[in-house]
Amino acid sequence: MNKSVLTQPLRLSSVSVVQLFHSLTTTMLRLTAGRVGSLVARRATVALTTNSARMASHEVAQAVDMSQPMYVDRLDTPLPDRPYTDVLTAADKSLKQKEKGPWSQLSQEEKLALYRLAFHQTYPEMKRPSAEWKTVLGGMFIFLGFTGLLVWWQTAYVYPPRPRTFDKEWQAKQLQRMLDMKVNPIEGFSAKWDYEKGQWK
Amino acid sequence: MFRAVFRLSATGARSLARSRPCYSAPLASRCYSHGKVETDEEFDARWVTYFSKPDIDAWELRKGMNTLIGYDLVPEAKILDSALRACRRLNDLASAIRILEAVKDKAGPHKDIYPYLIQELKPTLLSRLFDV
Repeated sequence: MNKSVLTQPLRLSSVSVVQLFHSLTTTMLRLTAGRVGSLVARRATVALTTNSARMASHEVAQAVDMSQPMYVDRLDTPLPDRPYTDVLTAADKSLKQKEKGPWSQLSQEEKLALYRLAFHQTYPEMKRPSAEWKTVLGGMFIFLGFTGLLVWWQTAYVYPPRPRTFDKEWQAKQLQRMLDMKVNPIEGFSAKWDYEKGQWK
Repeated sequence: MFRAVFRLSATGARSLARSRPCYSAPLASRCYSHGKVETDEEFDARWVTYFSKPDIDAWELRKGMNTLIGYDLVPEAKILDSALRACRRLNDLASAIRILEAVKDKAGPHKDIYPYLIQELKPTLLSRLFDV
């Protein structure tokens, strides 16, 4: 039952799906034609047609039939809806027959073979560490570096010239003016200046 | 002073349990806001009974096991014993191995739980099933 579903040529179904998608989008575009403008809609359908034609010509990856029970390797679902291998060879079938007897009569290889028939990855295989963190960290640093380059270029070519109020002489004169005005003389700025000695307290 | 407080709270709890009957039927675990909470023994007994069904089918085994693994606990040895016997009745060695793998994973960082369970299961079940 499952075998026929899996081995059927899938080119037909992909084309029909693509045609359905194409027809849906064209109807949608026709609906928006009044608002957007027929020119845009026509251009979009042309683009879609070429895409769909290209999609139909090359082999699409095997589509999964989501209406059938699926196999999945998950730590929180130890027994999935169907065994990993549905199609059993004659050797597999004889092994399955042997499974009906005492399990102590099965050799270690046979026990492993029975496990691999039913399941794809073992729990340790599912939990194996991956090197993904290196990709993530590397990608992060690449993008941070690129951003740094952008920031540098921005400071070099985009920012206007530095205001004169940042110059050392201007800042010194500004400081003197604040002290002369006695800015925050009680608890703040000028309170920290010793006016008799002419230095910071 | 503390003993008196403890005694007071114990009697209070007892009287509460007597005065307020739980309205739900066997699934006492459902009423959390009123009525009694299912004890560990009742939980274990319920699951042992589930897997002990003589004509259990593969779907029921899968459903039971997936649900049990979904709980925030490591199943007791007697529940696993019952489940592994169900695998034997269904002639499913792979599922039996998978169940033990899943239970080992459920223990998480507590590395001593799985050896304890194997030690509990070995004399009665594993030695007969797996020739361990």
